[in-house]
Amino acid sequence: MAEIEVRLVDVTKRFGDFVAVDAINLEVRNGEFFSLLGPSGCGKTTTLRMIGGFEEPTHGLIELSGQDVTWLPPYRRNVNTVFQNYALFPHLTLGENIAFGLRRRNVKADEIKKRVADALELVQLTGYEDRKPGQISGGQAQRVALARALINRPAVLLLDEPLGALDLKLRKQMQVELKRIQQEVGITFIYVTHDQEEAMTMSDRIAVMNKGHYEQLAGPAELYERPKTRFVAGFLGVSNLLPVKADGNADAHAVLRLPDGTAARAPRALMNGHTGPVALGVRPEKIRLKAPADEVGGQYNRLEGVVRDASYIGVSTQYIVELRDQRRITVFEQNVERATKAELWAPGEKVVMTWLPEHSFVVPDEGVVEQVGIAAVE
Amino acid sequence: MGTFLKHHRWITPLALLAPGLLWLLVFYLYPALQMFMASFWSGSLATGFTFSLSNWTNYPDAVSTYAPIYLRSVLYAGAATVTTFLIAYPLAYTIAFKGGRFKNLLLFLVVAPFFTSFLLRTVSWKIILSDSGPVLGPLKAIGILPQQFHVLASPMAVIAGITYAFLPFMTLPIYVALEKVDFRLVEAAKDLYAGPWRPGGAIVGAIVGGVLMAVLGFVFNTSPLAFAIVGAVVGAVLFHFRVSESFVRVTFPLSISGVFAGGLLTFIPAIGDYVNAELLGGPNTSMIGNVIQAKFLTENDYPSASALSFVMMFGVLIVVAIYAKILGTEELSAAAARA
Repeated sequence: MAEIEVRLVDVTKRFGDFVAVDAINLEVRNGEFFSLLGPSGCGKTTTLRMIGGFEEPTHGLIELSGQDVTWLPPYRRNVNTVFQNYALFPHLTLGENIAFGLRRRNVKADEIKKRVADALELVQLTGYEDRKPGQISGGQAQRVALARALINRPAVLLLDEPLGALDLKLRKQMQVELKRIQQEVGITFIYVTHDQEEAMTMSDRIAVMNKGHYEQLAGPAELYERPKTRFVAGFLGVSNLLPVKADGNADAHAVLRLPDGTAARAPRALMNGHTGPVALGVRPEKIRLKAPADEVGGQYNRLEGVVRDASYIGVSTQYIVELRDQRRITVFEQNVERATKAELWAPGEKVVMTWLPEHSFVVPDEGVVEQVGIAAVE
Repeated sequence: MGTFLKHHRWITPLALLAPGLLWLLVFYLYPALQMFMASFWSGSLATGFTFSLSNWTNYPDAVSTYAPIYLRSVLYAGAATVTTFLIAYPLAYTIAFKGGRFKNLLLFLVVAPFFTSFLLRTVSWKIILSDSGPVLGPLKAIGILPQQFHVLASPMAVIAGITYAFLPFMTLPIYVALEKVDFRLVEAAKDLYAGPWRPGGAIVGAIVGGVLMAVLGFVFNTSPLAFAIVGAVVGAVLFHFRVSESFVRVTFPLSISGVFAGGLLTFIPAIGDYVNAELLGGPNTSMIGNVIQAKFLTENDYPSASALSFVMMFGVLIVVAIYAKILGTEELSAAAARA
């Protein structure tokens, strides 16, 4: 069991009447790539700033490597931050920027020189010491900011949407590089982002935040396959959610009845802990479309509907299927079996949607929205 | 017309520059040339002036006669620039970073004195600082100050007057520079272990506090040493606890351009100023501006006055060049960070 590097106990931050962070408890393990994911205003940046020492919590305790740092100023914490807009010192060369932390700690000049060279090599900017921040590109500035933080060998590196200002292609490239660097240096990373794909690509674990607290904390796959709340189901990818009533068990599965009477199944364990109304969820790509006459194995969930819309987007086709009660289901089908446009399902055709009960998930149903998330594929 | 302008792109910038150039030509270059000619004159208003290049001796004559006054002018203007800076920087810093919603009001207060005439304000200071005025009068009455104590007609009065007069010229450029400093850079510095300024803060604070209080001691004719020690201790404590390394390494270097501009806007007019020396000073505190003014308007000695003016102009140019060499480049800020 890896030891705990950062521990937040009941951490609350209020700005006037606004509760930015609401009694968060969090444990980040040594050496892990941990992400705080959520929409703007969810409290993720405030949480990061409290760990960095730029905000003091209204209430609660923050521990770094077992030491209470709640009231320590930033310069006395063994953490470093990569800021959203890099915050490179414009009047200093890149070499001086990177050496800034070491100089403040009175490290010897020849050691500084050696470590600056190493840091530049780590971020693949060897030979850039004497340039000024105004003379480099956004991607390079981002890497300098990373080197400037990592050179101090902090216990934890905090990253506040560091890739937000880069274009898509560079962002993807940097995601891979960040992960490589993190594995190379073995430092705990706490990464704040609103980009679910970014978080999923790099993180060991993700806390999905909403309105000042996190709704679920898990690895990327678990968050995607087994979201525990409506918000998580919608924030990570696209989900179809249908209000259902529990109707006993069949073998290892719970039987869930849809408003129109159709029965669907989900793993029985997923019903644990649910007391109020629930919704059944299924991801669009887990659903297969069949003709009503087609043979469907008994192990599948079945749901009838009519195709209302079909959008061909190359790698897959996105269908909107309408149920009898006019609820709409999004289905992504890989363009394998039906490869050309002429063979696709056409609007108006009757179809049967099938998926394995194991691909279902169950969330508490307190709202009325059938489909959450943005039905778009990049 | 449109295509004509398109083919002659040099016209637009020239047209925009023309009014300014014309103004400078008529009201600056022509009088300056005229004055330069006058500095080679000899004779007097009664006998008439004659031009001769052999009259270049006007220059060495002017310099040798008034060298001490030139020196005094540089000293007074320099001292006033330093004190203006010491007052203006904390003022601008407070408005820029702690002003909040009062920022505009505070800035207005900085320039508010301009609503009254420069001359009137200086005369008011004369009244305030007079030997039995509202400040010194009561202090003398209760025996804190000796009866013969006076502020007017002392170097201190002149320097204080100049400091007061040019404070807004120093404050505004520094404010503009500080306002542009991204607060996230300060956070980044703190993140990179920039804490209290140790040990530099205590040392610099002791020097600043010591010098300021020693000067005050001189002015009040008491023991400068005792004053200096108190000032050094207070300055050291204050700077040690209140000045952070993030300020020294980041905020201050990034505001250098404002300090440079403010310094120029204060020093150049201050060195030629004669109103403060005239109204607040005495016979032993006259500056080169007073001499030039007297030569031109009272004695009608145009050749000497012109020569003196040109010497001053070149002097200022040299001082400014040195100053720009020190402050105007990025070297200083970079050096501060390397230290």
